[in-house]
Amino acid sequence: MMIREVSTQEIIKVVKDLCIDANYNLGTDVLAAFDQAIENEKSETAREVLRELKENARIAREEKAPICQDCGLAVVFMEIGQDVHITGGDLKAAINEGVRQGYEEGYLRKSACNPITRKNTGDNTPAIIHLEIVPGDKIKLIVAPKGGGSENMSRVTMLTPAAGMEGVKDFVVNRVKESGSNPCPPTIIGIGVGGTFERSAMLAKKALLRTLGERNPDPELANIEKEIFARIEKLGIGPMGYGGTTTSLDVFLEMEPCHIASLPVAVNIQCHAARHKEAVI
Amino acid sequence: MSQQIRLTTPLTTDDVEKLRIGDKVLLNGVLFTGRDAAHKRLFDLIHDGKELPIDVKGQVIYYVGPTPAKPGKPIGSAGPTTSYRMDPYSPKLIELGLKGMIGKGNRSQAVIDAMKQFRAVYFGATGGAGALIAKRIKKAEIVAYPDLGPEAIRRLEVEDFPVTVINDTKGNDLFVEGISRYAQG
Repeated sequence: MMIREVSTQEIIKVVKDLCIDANYNLGTDVLAAFDQAIENEKSETAREVLRELKENARIAREEKAPICQDCGLAVVFMEIGQDVHITGGDLKAAINEGVRQGYEEGYLRKSACNPITRKNTGDNTPAIIHLEIVPGDKIKLIVAPKGGGSENMSRVTMLTPAAGMEGVKDFVVNRVKESGSNPCPPTIIGIGVGGTFERSAMLAKKALLRTLGERNPDPELANIEKEIFARIEKLGIGPMGYGGTTTSLDVFLEMEPCHIASLPVAVNIQCHAARHKEAVI
Repeated sequence: MSQQIRLTTPLTTDDVEKLRIGDKVLLNGVLFTGRDAAHKRLFDLIHDGKELPIDVKGQVIYYVGPTPAKPGKPIGSAGPTTSYRMDPYSPKLIELGLKGMIGKGNRSQAVIDAMKQFRAVYFGATGGAGALIAKRIKKAEIVAYPDLGPEAIRRLEVEDFPVTVINDTKGNDLFVEGISRYAQG
């Protein structure tokens, strides 16, 4: 097996470009979901908000401006093929350098700060980096800027096993209900069931990387996604919480085995500015 | 029935008393920006009995932390941030004469009560529509706390800045009314 070399210089460049692309260009799946929502939504006020979101995405794309002023913390997922050798220095430093350059050159807002003093780090680093080693000789990079408003409404809970799937559904729907207008609905709901405390949160976060409309391959879990989506639709929260039938654009659930004593559940809420862009090196 | 109204800041008690939840308002004139860190500093000054860097009487505060302006533009993307984080500070500012707040998301009962008692309103702007909203901002300058970067207090000159009345001076709440109209079961 040949070892393929990838330089940190190339990683810096790709991360930089993904940061800018993700913040300027909303995914076509989200745009299509806006169109469908405009067609189905019952409230005129809500339709007007949805039309504004569509227009906002057009302006951002054409003028190369951030979709939202909250350009997020830079969440970077990196899958590294086990036959890749990274040359030219520290990998994590390279990812952070890419974020630094992307947020500076793209005129993106720097939102990273000390949790207690609230002093801004000034360059939106450190990035939130998730590394995974996979088979092959490629590197896959995903940059998913995550805004604070919707992240603040996200939760992890440890249910008792007796609560079962009904408990999971109730927890998710209640979380969306209690979040109300705060996370910038229409939202996308990422749900992680199982694993450990932190693994459930990771599953919920990764679920948000799916393309809108893409169901869990397990038919039973796909049905649960649809059922939760239908219950959320009935909450009536609507776009920006002004009332309406479009509260979420999609619900994604991921599940893994957990401890015999536990039932971890995480809900990661994503605002309608659902930004993630990927590249393969 | 909701109405479309054009208002120019500073706002009077009379201006805000006419507003009802769901009204579409186009704001003109000056807005001041402020979010988490700036509010904390203002609140600490009030607590210490010191003068504020801006006179809030009749003014409207916009909860926003814009992106950096590109060359030739007054401001970057500039949509609202979530308002509840300013709830601990807002009643005091309303008591001092603040007439309006612009943000997104729910307010606490204490803020809603203060708006009723001292006659002020809470406007919603469309969250996540930062590129669209920036087009209504014609001029921006930092007037306090430049060290806070995106959180500095800015003086914005706006034209037909689009907002919706969420809480009026009667204690009504658009979120409660809007959701009750569309909730099922």
